[in-house]
Amino acid sequence: MSLIEQSACQLSKGLASGEFSSVELTNECLRRIEQCDQTIGAFLTIDRDQALAQAAAADQRRAQAAARGPLDGIPVAVKDVLCTLDQRTTCSSKMLEHFVPPYDATVIQRLRQAGLVLIGKTNMDEFAMGSSTENAALGVTRNPWDTASVPGGSSGGSAASLAAHMAPLAIGTDTGGSIRQPAAFCGVVGLKPTYGRVSRYGLVAFASSLDQVGPMARTAEDLGWLLSVIAGHDPQDSTSAPQDVPDYGQQLQKPLAGLKLGFVPTHFGPGLNEEVERAVRAAIQTFEKLGAAVQQVKLPHDRYGVATYYILAPCEASGNLARYDGVHYGFRCDERAMLDRLAQEQQESGVAVEAESALVRMFRQTRAEGFGPEVQRRIMLGTYALSAGYYDAYYLQALKVRRLIRDDYLRAFEQVDLLIGPTTPTAAYRAGEKVDDPLSMYQQDLYTVNANLAGVPGISFPCGFTNSGLPIGVQLQAPHFEEGRLLQAVHAFQQQSDWHTQAPELP
Amino acid sequence: MSHPAYTTVIGLEVHVQLKTKTKLFCRCSTDFGAPPNTQTCPVCIGMPGSLPVMNRQAFLLGLKTAIALNCQIPEFTKWDRKNYYYPDLPKGYQISQFDLPMSQDGYLEIHAPKGGFPDRRIGILRAHLEEDAGKSMHDEVAGKADSRIDLNRTGTPLLEIVSQPDMRSAAEAKAYLTELKLLLTYLDVSDCNMQEGSLRVDANINLHVETDEGIVATPIVEVKNMNSFRAVERAMLYEADRQFDEWQRTGQRLGQVPKQTRGWDDQAQVTRAQRHKEESSDYRYFPDPDLVPVRVTADEVAEIRRTMGQLPATLRQHLQTTYKLDAYDAGVLVNQGSGLVHYFEQLVQAGCDPRRASNWLQQDVLRTLNDLKLTIESFPMPAQDLAQLLTSVDRGELDNSRAKDLFQHVIASGQSLEAARRELGIEKVDADQLTQLCQSLLDQNPRIVQDVRNGKQQAVGALIGQARKQNPNANPAQVKQLCLQLIQQSD
Repeated sequence: MSLIEQSACQLSKGLASGEFSSVELTNECLRRIEQCDQTIGAFLTIDRDQALAQAAAADQRRAQAAARGPLDGIPVAVKDVLCTLDQRTTCSSKMLEHFVPPYDATVIQRLRQAGLVLIGKTNMDEFAMGSSTENAALGVTRNPWDTASVPGGSSGGSAASLAAHMAPLAIGTDTGGSIRQPAAFCGVVGLKPTYGRVSRYGLVAFASSLDQVGPMARTAEDLGWLLSVIAGHDPQDSTSAPQDVPDYGQQLQKPLAGLKLGFVPTHFGPGLNEEVERAVRAAIQTFEKLGAAVQQVKLPHDRYGVATYYILAPCEASGNLARYDGVHYGFRCDERAMLDRLAQEQQESGVAVEAESALVRMFRQTRAEGFGPEVQRRIMLGTYALSAGYYDAYYLQALKVRRLIRDDYLRAFEQVDLLIGPTTPTAAYRAGEKVDDPLSMYQQDLYTVNANLAGVPGISFPCGFTNSGLPIGVQLQAPHFEEGRLLQAVHAFQQQSDWHTQAPELP
Repeated sequence: MSHPAYTTVIGLEVHVQLKTKTKLFCRCSTDFGAPPNTQTCPVCIGMPGSLPVMNRQAFLLGLKTAIALNCQIPEFTKWDRKNYYYPDLPKGYQISQFDLPMSQDGYLEIHAPKGGFPDRRIGILRAHLEEDAGKSMHDEVAGKADSRIDLNRTGTPLLEIVSQPDMRSAAEAKAYLTELKLLLTYLDVSDCNMQEGSLRVDANINLHVETDEGIVATPIVEVKNMNSFRAVERAMLYEADRQFDEWQRTGQRLGQVPKQTRGWDDQAQVTRAQRHKEESSDYRYFPDPDLVPVRVTADEVAEIRRTMGQLPATLRQHLQTTYKLDAYDAGVLVNQGSGLVHYFEQLVQAGCDPRRASNWLQQDVLRTLNDLKLTIESFPMPAQDLAQLLTSVDRGELDNSRAKDLFQHVIASGQSLEAARRELGIEKVDADQLTQLCQSLLDQNPRIVQDVRNGKQQAVGALIGQARKQNPNANPAQVKQLCLQLIQQSD
């Protein structure tokens, strides 16, 4: 098996035994990227020299028996929403196209400390707003299983990089499904951890109370290792949890016997694609064979999830994205042209334009030119919902529903250990299919947003293929801080199936 | 023509920079005067991805102040985002507190030391924490507008103290500010330096006009740009006059026109209408999801109360009841700050008469501090020395004027009291020596003796000066008394 096909665990063994070096491995990945990223478009930024230097340093540590852990020297692709010191961090937005952060996100620091090789920054929906990576301003990403289809989003670049074997590990972020949905579309494993499990410091915020950084990989085992690296309390993030990080590797090995698995019957109702339903039901049967007991549970308020999410997330986004005003960093509209235009208007109308109007014009024009349509749409939604007279009806109401949804989960987890269901209503759809219909795009988040609203962890992993050969994902959700239970279940499943070992055929 | 009577109604919003080493949500220094944009980090300049972490010390200073202002302290308080666009607000929102402030419903008692208005209790609506914005510097030379932004101040902790509209005159507004500043100084929570912007005042003012139909409220005006307490006082006086004129001209009442903001022009001594910064004031507050709510326990409040030390109001009472100072004197001492009160108590403990100690402090010591631009903490004469000086006066060993010479000499020379005493040749004059001196003076001045005999007792005053020429240590009161006695005896 070639290096790029191996899991991180296998690669770790190879590096440890000296079978190959991190430089060799990194070169393999870079070669693969060169070979197929023209077609896939997973990466926005690649710094070969930096990656190879990191790999060389890792090799040196290995040589001195000073490896920083099992993942020392293994490449990882990082969604371009996490700040990297001296390396541009764009959020795939024109607004930040040339933004170079003066600091590393905490997750990036942890990756570096564990010796991982940062191979590149991956494409995404602009500011993580979207479910197809079609809202990206700086590149187009295609699904490696079918280049006419979308990779999902917003962590589409990270998912595609894994599926196309350009990197063995990746980091994504998930605000309403942005790790799990592209993982499902690309046939890889993606985990959204419990809110607060992983530091958000240095993650360019979309919706602060929902955003969470998570690991993506091809196997549960790899995922567990990567989670161990990035999880843990961070004093720089007030919302990060002070809980200890358990040994996920150990939890992975526990048998599933006696595990209580719940499913929500309404999740298998209208709107769910038949092929997806069949694959997910088959996955449930596999778990039963593995010793799990399956029962029905209710999440009475979960049908309000999408509506609640599309109030709360835009509200927070409207505040979080206010800083992109052209003053301090990032894109600024062509000021000279703007002032000339203003002077011309002034002349035509005969009304003197005051100095402050130029400032307001600069704000407006910068934001109109710097943000793509979906980002603008969400900023407007949020601004509207927070405005005087609407706050109570929208924001406050949504907060209350969010609490009810969370309570539903807490009650459900009194009865079962894990919840199981589809990750997405359909497999990957064709590029362009939904771009003009934001509402149907939003409906894609049906099964994923509730985990964000409730703060619980969720994982998506491959459980089959459609007739046309597109991967299908199944989702498990667990109580707060029970990521280990998710990994245990997926690991057991992957011992019984080979969906995750399938690879798309690429040039 | 008779004017209808009116009452001025004033409420004040005071922003106080809290004296912390670091900013409210990051670890940048809060020092004033550093080169522009050198005290910044990704957090306070709102870099993408950065997150705030609350400075516990700032919260505690805010809490201490709120408790001293007799506020209710809720168990639960949270942070909100106040959204508006301005170049010196790098995040596009200010982290503040909206509907659940850290404190509310307190009061501050004010009084006019020389009369003027009766003692009053001014309600405190709320005191909440927020981060300061940066500073915009507009340079409009030769028609070319050039704005620069300094973000050193961005994120400095501010306590916004909002009073009820309880003040009824410009003098009351000034007294409120003076008392508030004194309280903050006693608490040591702020530098209260208006020039450096560590204390900023905005006022809301309108009139209640008595008319035939009853009391009518005029539109409320917010006044800004007042850079001293004096400016506040003057602006309020000006604004009351202006509003009354306007009311007479227009008859506009509260609610009939939008709230106006006016700026005080200190040079012209007028207020001027300001243009609105933003088109609307819908700040779209919502809870900041990057921060966690803060819980305050009753124990924490009790602990702060216990360690707070004595505050001006109680200290004034204490000086009156314990040392029998009158309200005015107690006020003067307390208003100078806790250092002077401490010095006073040291003097009294060393045996000084409280009244004499108070007088000396108010006159000689304060004048010296003023002249030399010193604080009582750096005053060169230890309390024990001044006490020794004053008790000598109490015992008649030293007259007041000699005592003042000695005091001046100690201050000017930096010598110890003893050394100064020796250098000035100040020593106790024994009774025989003094009698001898007086007798010889009487012998040399028969006309004075005659004048006294003729009932002009004050004639003996001329001898005091001569006595002091011959022996500078002669106590004038004693010389006078002895001379009169000797003349009487010789009758």
